[in-house]
Amino acid sequence: MTVDTPAPLLAVEKLSVAFNGNPVVEDLSFTVTPGRTLAIVGESGSGKSVTSLSIMRLADMMGGQFPTGRILFFGKDGEIDLTAAPQKTMRAIRGKEIAMIFQEPMTSLNPVFTIGDQVAEVLMLHEKMTKAEALAETRRLLDMVRLPDSAELIGRYPHQLSGGMRQRVMIAMALACRPKLLIADEPTTALDVTIQAQILTIIRDLQKELGMAVIFITHDMGVVAEMADDVVVMWKGRKVEEGPVGEIFTAPKHPYTQTLLSAVPKLGSMAGEEFPKRLPLTVMVDGEPKRVGDVHIQRTARYETAPILSVRDLVTRFDVRKNLFGKATHRVHAIENVSFDIFPGETLALVGESGSGKSTIGRTIQQLQAATSGEILFGGLPVSAMSYAERQRLKQEIQYIFQDPFASLDPRKTVGFSIAEPIRTHGLILGEKDIEKRVHELLERVGLTAAHAKRYPHEFSGGQRQRVCIARALASRPKLIIADEALSALDVSIQAQIINLFMELQEQEGLAYLFISHDMAVVERMSHRVAVLYLGQVMEFGSRAQVFETPSHPYTRRLLSAVPVAEPRKGRERAMLEGEIPSPIRRVGNEPAVLPRKEIAPGHFVAMDA
Amino acid sequence: MAGFLIKRFLQAVFVVFVVTLTVSYAIRFTGDPALMLAQGAGSVTEEDLVRIREGLGLNQPFLAQYFDFIKGLFTLDFGRSFLGGTPVSQLIASALPATMLLAFASLIVSIAISIPLGIRAAVARGKWADQTIRILSLIGLSFPNFWLAIMLVLLFSIVLKWLPPSGMDGFASFIMPALTMGIILTATNVRLVRTAMLETLQSQYIMVARAKGLSESKVLYKHALRNCAIPLITYFGLQFGGLLGGIVVVELVFNWPGMGTLAFDAVASRDYPVLQAVITVLSLMIVFVNLLVDIAYGLVDPRIRTE
Repeated sequence: MTVDTPAPLLAVEKLSVAFNGNPVVEDLSFTVTPGRTLAIVGESGSGKSVTSLSIMRLADMMGGQFPTGRILFFGKDGEIDLTAAPQKTMRAIRGKEIAMIFQEPMTSLNPVFTIGDQVAEVLMLHEKMTKAEALAETRRLLDMVRLPDSAELIGRYPHQLSGGMRQRVMIAMALACRPKLLIADEPTTALDVTIQAQILTIIRDLQKELGMAVIFITHDMGVVAEMADDVVVMWKGRKVEEGPVGEIFTAPKHPYTQTLLSAVPKLGSMAGEEFPKRLPLTVMVDGEPKRVGDVHIQRTARYETAPILSVRDLVTRFDVRKNLFGKATHRVHAIENVSFDIFPGETLALVGESGSGKSTIGRTIQQLQAATSGEILFGGLPVSAMSYAERQRLKQEIQYIFQDPFASLDPRKTVGFSIAEPIRTHGLILGEKDIEKRVHELLERVGLTAAHAKRYPHEFSGGQRQRVCIARALASRPKLIIADEALSALDVSIQAQIINLFMELQEQEGLAYLFISHDMAVVERMSHRVAVLYLGQVMEFGSRAQVFETPSHPYTRRLLSAVPVAEPRKGRERAMLEGEIPSPIRRVGNEPAVLPRKEIAPGHFVAMDA
Repeated sequence: MAGFLIKRFLQAVFVVFVVTLTVSYAIRFTGDPALMLAQGAGSVTEEDLVRIREGLGLNQPFLAQYFDFIKGLFTLDFGRSFLGGTPVSQLIASALPATMLLAFASLIVSIAISIPLGIRAAVARGKWADQTIRILSLIGLSFPNFWLAIMLVLLFSIVLKWLPPSGMDGFASFIMPALTMGIILTATNVRLVRTAMLETLQSQYIMVARAKGLSESKVLYKHALRNCAIPLITYFGLQFGGLLGGIVVVELVFNWPGMGTLAFDAVASRDYPVLQAVITVLSLMIVFVNLLVDIAYGLVDPRIRTE
């Protein structure tokens, strides 16, 4: 140990955590020093969240036990082993010396108490303040996390705040007693990128101001690069690598770290490419890295043919608030005048943040949501004028893949049954033997085996379930697949595999994709053309290269600059993006202006601000 | 809020109208009150019966009789009992408090017992405390109320001679009827509290409350309980109708001079005015309790308040 190594604030030594005797974390050691940020990185099931809950000793409430190891904390009362501390001692440390921010800002605040009450509660508990003092301090804290109008805010309830605002309240609450250690467990995962950028900046600034240590738990390598000083990589409950952030990114030693980094789509990595590209992947097979696939240019879009789907001046609005007489007073303007074509073999991406209307477009095309005006043409036929038989064909040829593969499979049916269902419904194959053969063939197409047909959804991992959903979508021989955030719930390594699967199927089957996503890096990797949506209108539309390499609308630029890039030291000094994402809900009569679009280059359209 | 109350008031009027109309019409098929009244008098001629019917206003067409009843409602005049001619409002005035006492006492006692027990069971999910509470609740649920009432009488009045077997005479006479109702209500409510609590305890904000360093009792009774309130209040409201139904039986067993006994006697003697009045009052009470439930939603949950 050199002289200038600062004394640690927290030292985890050979810690293991078990639930009902099953080890979830094993032999984990790391230290945290004051003023620095340690990122714990890993995918689902790596034990990273359990580690943070163990430090707080909240894992106890879920049945967690600590068979071996210690968690030494050097707090105001000297060294203490947290694994052995009684809950009474822990209650004095929690919220006071170690505080925590959680992943889901929407559910982290108690819906029935005001913001002021919830923040003040911590101050009254640990700082022995009176209610009035605590509320005054709460207002100061809300100002500190840059929430506007703190005086009014303390009387508001969580449901009246957006996700970003709630997460700031959580930060204010966590920092209320100036803790020495802040644990942030995926604090921005559920937020839009521009809001994520704001929250990350706030955490970083306040860390500097208060001199606290931060443990930042995330699966997002971009966020790691942006936030961390040191990194611990966890895999299957164990630490596989640790080091300063620069080293982890430039010279990863453990094969798992290497696969993880190779799987992360990096924004800007496709610069200069005309088409999307399939890239080889390193995957872990029995603990050994293995390279699969090769570079493959995705020149599949057939623009010379007629478009498979055309959307013309589509408007979708729905009433949200009604007065006493059932007359609408407020409407969601989900889609305002959107037009585009999708050609066979093409991937058209719709990107945007919450409230941009991207999912509503998919739902409107699928007839799950009625359009207010405009026209959808499928195979040249307007959907509104279709006969029953033609509509049935539309339902067969357009398939949907959703974000949550578990929720979209019937838990009481085997996956074989679920995959066979569209074949039976549309009468595509007659005869049980042939249907079964087709199901097996489909499972193999998506990288599973015929034997999987007999299993139930809960027996699969998240990635496998999404493969099952893809197989089910393919079962009805679709021409267009609408993928609504289909990759968002998956771990990056799985996500990379599914991206390649999507592209492979596109080449083999000539499929068109309407790819709805908030993830700019994935969109850059996969799509031929991109539409950037904001409050239901297309802000920018063009080829992938046009939109990503010459972004011409300020909103596109803002969106791109907010994405954390998985390269340390890049973009850390970025200007703070202010403001909330505006709501698409408007009063009846207060119609938004439809922005005119200008073609600035062939096929590259940009909305002109009125 | 005003719009909401107006809507609710109109609903209440409609409910009372439908319920009383159905009951008044149906009871007229069950027999002739004149015949019942005349039975004691030995030989009765057809003229006697006609005279009695005229005296009671039963010679009028049904709708005219019903209209008279509705007209009376506006002045709180429920008419007079066929038996003895006592004003019905007087009968109600003496029976209603007895029933209310029983209903609210058993409801409150049951809530007071089932909330801590239900929370305890939820926290100790799967452990022995949870198992014991669940088994006890299942036993409570399996008792029919009249059987339980009779068993209590057998034990406390006949064997132990601690409590009077029937009537309303001081606190001692109140214990067994309230206990009967309370045991049955508590058995269901404990399970309900447990289920609502289990769900709430999974919430992220409970983890956050613990991460603040709050004590378990603050976490459970402040942060969690308030969030369980919506399903609990809904159920307590729904339960009220069933509670009144159960009370009729319990009142009869214990000879408790409440609305149940009054209604039973009125049915037995075809005493139309009394029965109509009892039904009207009871249905109004159910409507009123449900209105209270709706108002309570807004009080406990700000998300509903701002709608």
